[in-house]
Amino acid sequence: MGAIEIIFYLFSAILIGSALSVVTVGNPIYAVLFLVLSFFSAACIWLLMHAEFLAIVLVLVYVGAVMVLFLFVVMMLDVNVNPLKEGFARYLPVGLLVAFAMALQMFLVIWTRGLESMPMPEPKPDDYSHTTELGMLLYTKYLYAFEVAAVILLVAIIAAIALTHRQRPGTRKQDPARQVQVKRSDRVRMVKMQSEGEEN
Amino acid sequence: MLTLAHFLSLGAVLFCISVAGIFLNRKNVLILLMCIELMLLAVNMNFVAFSYFLDHMDGQVFVFFILTVAAAEAAIGLAILVVLFRNRQSISVDDIADLKG
Repeated sequence: MGAIEIIFYLFSAILIGSALSVVTVGNPIYAVLFLVLSFFSAACIWLLMHAEFLAIVLVLVYVGAVMVLFLFVVMMLDVNVNPLKEGFARYLPVGLLVAFAMALQMFLVIWTRGLESMPMPEPKPDDYSHTTELGMLLYTKYLYAFEVAAVILLVAIIAAIALTHRQRPGTRKQDPARQVQVKRSDRVRMVKMQSEGEEN
Repeated sequence: MLTLAHFLSLGAVLFCISVAGIFLNRKNVLILLMCIELMLLAVNMNFVAFSYFLDHMDGQVFVFFILTVAAAEAAIGLAILVVLFRNRQSISVDDIADLKG
């Protein structure tokens, strides 16, 4: 068993163990932290498959942004954990049944179709970069899809802000439109009055 | 020796774990969202494995797009969750049964 096999089995074990913990641990904070661990080990396995750019993106974008967002929400919500755990034992048999049935089906497909005789491909020459190839594809063949992805992110930003933005009653805030529209007559009142004479 | 079937099996096991998680954590929408993230990770694992073993970069492009959409989905899902908690003081699935579906 070579080094690649050892790395694969080690990180697979960590990945599956942490995924099981995400599902069973119950406390959302621990679940997020185990999810971070599983993303890290998945990134290591992707590095094994020479998907360097995607592995780094998974760590930077997913762990660095999405998981931190999850942690923010978990800590902001102040959820009582105990009532959330009930029903766990009730759904355990059906959950296990469905999971094992699906796993059995998928393993039957995977291990009987000749995929198990497909060895790892030969390593590429040293000056070959998977990241360069990915960039070339992304900016030529998939350019329109790439731009649509950018629009999807914009929609997500606007939707998230529009959903969570709320105006508290009673706060004093400025409305720039009304500030710009203001007329001189709204603010200043000219008063005719007798000028004070210089008596002394 | 590692083959394509090993990597696909890893993805299959991850997917089944997250399906079981959706059954088990009916009380907590947050963990349901995390199970969906795990499912997407399993699918991405399959894409990367096929891309590597068939020596075809298009699979990695699709992983890139899945990551983008998953990030957008997580952001909107969490926003909905925050609004839900603000209105109901609960994130249990049982409390969101107003439509009797």
